[in-house]
Amino acid sequence: MALVFSFKHGGACGKLFILFLNGLNSRIAVWGLDGLKRIIVCLKQAIDVSQLKVDPATRQLITAAAPKKISDFDKNALEEATKIKEKTGNAELCTLTVTSEDAKTVLREALAMGADKAYVVNDTGLRNVDTFGTAYVLAEAIKKIGEYDLILCGETSLDSFSGLVGARLAELLGLPLVSSIRKLSVEGDAVTAERSLEESIETVKAKMPCVVSVTREINQPRIPSLMMIMKASKKEIVNWALADLSVQKEKLASKIELVEVLAPKTERKKIRITGESVQEIAEKLAKALIQEGVVKR
Amino acid sequence: MSGNRAIGVYSEKYDLMLEMLGKGRELADKQQAELVAVLIGYNVADKASELMKYGADKVYLADDPSLERFQAEAYLGILHSLAVDYEPETVMIGSTRNGKPLAARLATRLDAGCVPDCTRLGVDEKGRLVGERIAYGGNATAKIAFTKKPQIVTVPQRAFDKPSPKDRSGQVVKVDVKVDAPKTEVVDVKPLETSNVRIEEAEVIVSCGRGLEKKEDRALLDELAVVLGGQVGSSRPLAEDRKWFTEWVGLSGHKVKPKLYIACGISGVIQHVAGIRDSKVIVAINKDEQAPIFEIADYGVVGNLYEILPALKEAIEKQLQ
Repeated sequence: MALVFSFKHGGACGKLFILFLNGLNSRIAVWGLDGLKRIIVCLKQAIDVSQLKVDPATRQLITAAAPKKISDFDKNALEEATKIKEKTGNAELCTLTVTSEDAKTVLREALAMGADKAYVVNDTGLRNVDTFGTAYVLAEAIKKIGEYDLILCGETSLDSFSGLVGARLAELLGLPLVSSIRKLSVEGDAVTAERSLEESIETVKAKMPCVVSVTREINQPRIPSLMMIMKASKKEIVNWALADLSVQKEKLASKIELVEVLAPKTERKKIRITGESVQEIAEKLAKALIQEGVVKR
Repeated sequence: MSGNRAIGVYSEKYDLMLEMLGKGRELADKQQAELVAVLIGYNVADKASELMKYGADKVYLADDPSLERFQAEAYLGILHSLAVDYEPETVMIGSTRNGKPLAARLATRLDAGCVPDCTRLGVDEKGRLVGERIAYGGNATAKIAFTKKPQIVTVPQRAFDKPSPKDRSGQVVKVDVKVDAPKTEVVDVKPLETSNVRIEEAEVIVSCGRGLEKKEDRALLDELAVVLGGQVGSSRPLAEDRKWFTEWVGLSGHKVKPKLYIACGISGVIQHVAGIRDSKVIVAINKDEQAPIFEIADYGVVGNLYEILPALKEAIEKQLQ
């Protein structure tokens, strides 16, 4: 027999007691006293920009053929969440992805890295959403997932590099936002984090639940072991469509329109400097730079 | 003031605000709109007249001891209530690490679109604001138009030139300050150890990547940089992975446009290239003749940076005599 009690105490960080009563061999296991219930990591399936090809004649990007992967920054967020889970006990670690395309491969990788469960909202109706649309669907999915203590995401994404979704999400959920984090710790019902700003490092505290966006400085994401990959195949992926959420479709209309995406023109001279010796090469290069007028007396 | 065409400008970074006022003035003149600057802080009233010299028609001034330091909820609350009252068609916000979330949250409250990090801004034939930004990790430039107003953009530092001040004046409107309760608490601020001169301002940058074998070897770059009157930079891996530098050049770090950029032992991944693309002359020194950096360089040397750099320093010194 298992009895599960959970109650809220002193703010967001609920405490969970799990009591096992096994006949005569009564055992009481209590854990997660100061731990977290649930951590949600928002994961974007992004275009692997390092493998993008450009049609040199039209300067158009060939995006259809480009491979997809977990957006780098979100991978750092997932790694951080895994670390927090390892430190604080039995939190359920979920990932959440909003996409208009199949994301199974990417989600399996997230599960192998340490997530317990992956939620995905996959709907062709999400094809042209802007950052508001993405944040809105994330927010609605998060409400459906249930209680949580911490939402983590990358501060920006590998492909579109907008860096708006985390902040929009915090605003939609009415939560504190702790952005551009390079160090994070969880204590009691609050997080303490170092924000990487342009000219300073700012240490901030926020009560949970809150949204935290991380920079790539925060950690080095692990490479899952074969064991982890095998374990991941047994973990659950929850598939939702927009119809499964209380999303108002008219709110998904984008307020911006992509007019044109073109590879930049590269008009470089591409002159190779060669010579018999290092000295000769250096002298030729020095001469060229002085002639360019970029090296001055 | 509904129906009044206005462009609102705000940044907690004063220089960036001035840069945006230059661009904002140009857009406002094109659309017969009013250019409005928002000034938030404590004891900052004297800056208002300067903002008008740089192009603002009007300055909304929120001056209060509680606003001395940037605080997201407080500043957002002020910008939001101003936007609701005065209905600007366009809002430009400085794209800093505090400014960008501010813009995102303001856009969410106003049910507005937001295009971040615009390096170019214009108005199309339909009167829509069009922003240009780097996308796909530096592989492309995207042009994005707004289909609904208000239109919110963020603008990175040094995307636009600071205008020259003119002899102009305007109206200062004091804002009733009702400060929203903060949701985060700042417990400590440590200034970053950065070089005295900002790398964006350097005319010459000698930059190193993974080809640099030891941290101490940056002395080779320092010596060349001294001769060239420039600064030393690095690529992301040397800063984030190896921690040899505190900052880096690239899309996620500093975007630079020096007269001369010398990339030493930098392979030239697209994110790095996106940060140096506007340099006048690019030199690449790399052992690997297949390195992509050569594709975007004006002068390429296939070789060992440990040999080339001292020789180049000597050659330049000799030829400059």
